[in-house]
Amino acid sequence: MSERAFATVYGPACMYGSLSRIGLLNVLRFLGSIPLGTVEALRFFVEEVGRMIVLLGLSAVWLLRPPFRGREFVRQLDFAGAQSVLLIVLTGTFTGMVFTLQTYNGMHRYGAEAMVGATVALGLTRELGPVLSALMVVARVGSAMTAELGTMRNTQQIDALTSMAVEPVQYLVVPRIFAVTLVLPLLALIFSFTGMVGAYFIASGWLGIDPASFMSGIRNYLGPEDITHGMIKAVVFGLMVSLVACAKGYYVTGGARGIGVATTRSVVLSSVLVLVSDYVMTSLMF
Amino acid sequence: MIVLEDVHKTYGRQKVLDGISFRIREGSVTTVIGTSGSGKSVLLRQMIGLEKPDSGTILIKGENIVNLSSRELNRIRRHIGVLFQEGALFDSLTVKENVAFPVREHLKLTEKQVQEIVDVRLTQVGLREHQDKLPAELSGGMRKRVGLARALALDPAIVFFDEPTTGLDPITRDVIYRLIEKTHAEDSRTYVLVSHDVGGVLRISDEVMMLRDGKIGWSGTPDEIRSTSDEAVRQFFTGSVNGPIRIE
Ligand SMILES: Nc1ncnc2c1ncn2[C@@H]1O[C@H](COP(=O)(O)OP(=O)(O)OP(=O)(O)O)[C@@H](O)[C@H]1O
Ligand SMILES: [Mg+2]
Repeated sequence: MSERAFATVYGPACMYGSLSRIGLLNVLRFLGSIPLGTVEALRFFVEEVGRMIVLLGLSAVWLLRPPFRGREFVRQLDFAGAQSVLLIVLTGTFTGMVFTLQTYNGMHRYGAEAMVGATVALGLTRELGPVLSALMVVARVGSAMTAELGTMRNTQQIDALTSMAVEPVQYLVVPRIFAVTLVLPLLALIFSFTGMVGAYFIASGWLGIDPASFMSGIRNYLGPEDITHGMIKAVVFGLMVSLVACAKGYYVTGGARGIGVATTRSVVLSSVLVLVSDYVMTSLMF
Repeated sequence: MIVLEDVHKTYGRQKVLDGISFRIREGSVTTVIGTSGSGKSVLLRQMIGLEKPDSGTILIKGENIVNLSSRELNRIRRHIGVLFQEGALFDSLTVKENVAFPVREHLKLTEKQVQEIVDVRLTQVGLREHQDKLPAELSGGMRKRVGLARALALDPAIVFFDEPTTGLDPITRDVIYRLIEKTHAEDSRTYVLVSHDVGGVLRISDEVMMLRDGKIGWSGTPDEIRSTSDEAVRQFFTGSVNGPIRIE
């Protein structure tokens, strides 16, 4: 018998053997030992993910069909984008400043102060810009969207839209998802840029790093692919954050308390998703 | 005309609608009564097409809406107005914008023409001077009146009302009933109400149906209610715990 044939016959047979040795009874015993809460939680999780996939699919369909909700889209651009700029500038500047201090602290020990600019620039554009902007958007925009859509659901405003022959997913969800997905990369850019401005002032003003070497470090080490890397992340974060926020609000149940619970879960879930997917994407694009 | 044939609806293990059949005459005011939890709102949701029944047919203007795609359903919905229980006004829009909303959505009109329609409807419900307020700045009764103005904005052939007077004082209730009578008289619209306001039901309905145990237990005109020997109907209209209707 060839080695290959042996494997095809013997492999499954062996597996069958070990399965029967485990025994049906033991399998049942194992299933029985899973606490009921686990099954419940698993079912809940699958339902939750299913709903989000459905909503994403519906949004994709309604995005392509007229009428296009230009006014709603602009309103969401304003809310998610324009009104977030100040917050992003503020957090970006401080992040850039503290990041510079900490980086200098490390680099200084090896006499590598000239690398501070490049390190801060890479960290901001590839990592901190997209991630922290996304978290700020979760806190400011995602929570508001969940609460707003949840209230609309509870007070039958979504039913009212349907009864007036206005597709609620198209009118409410599509503009929100589209706006946030578009706006988050821009906010991430602003975050990174203002972070760099903050870094520049700390480096040249306080730490006494030569401004020219700070700038040339950035010029030499920061490439367009680093910016692309950050932008790809920001787009994915934007899509995830807005989808979670909309789904949590759109499918809310259970009155005022339900809206409270949905809003909390929306914020927690999107924050966790941002950080986990950030790791996954970084390791894929490394 | 609205025709229901053998409509069933179950949530989980709870059978809410258990074979509902009736016809509603065009141009009439028909009221569905029933105790709290008897399934009146559920019945309404099936007729508006917000939910699909498990089985049965619902004919509106000759079309069975149970089998329609959402696009076809939307075509029919343009001839339907709905006044929701709490008004369901869009709270980010002013009174004026709420009433203009369905008009802007479905008719290609100039801004001036839209404003004219809004003026007519808001004058009708006596709220023109409040047109720039937000829903949060209105009382419950005013919100229902704005809801009525919005429901009538597209001049629908059929209007559904979910408990139009529940939670209002007797005088505001009278205002709402007068509005319903007035707007019904102006065109040959079909009005379908869900209510448990005994006095109002007798006053404005052409036809009354009683929902009980998931079925239409009784139906007739207000005059027939006054003279009926049906124990359940008598119990409902006298408002007594003694009788065939049991509330757990
Ligand atoms: N989405 C739903 N899921 C599960 N059960 C529901 C749902 N909607 C309604 N029900 C059940 O159906 C029954 C009828 O509810 P419905 O809201 O139609 O009552 P109602 O006659 O309108 O009462 P009320 O006069 O108090 O408004 C209730 O027992 C309710 O629990
Ligand atoms: Mg009800």
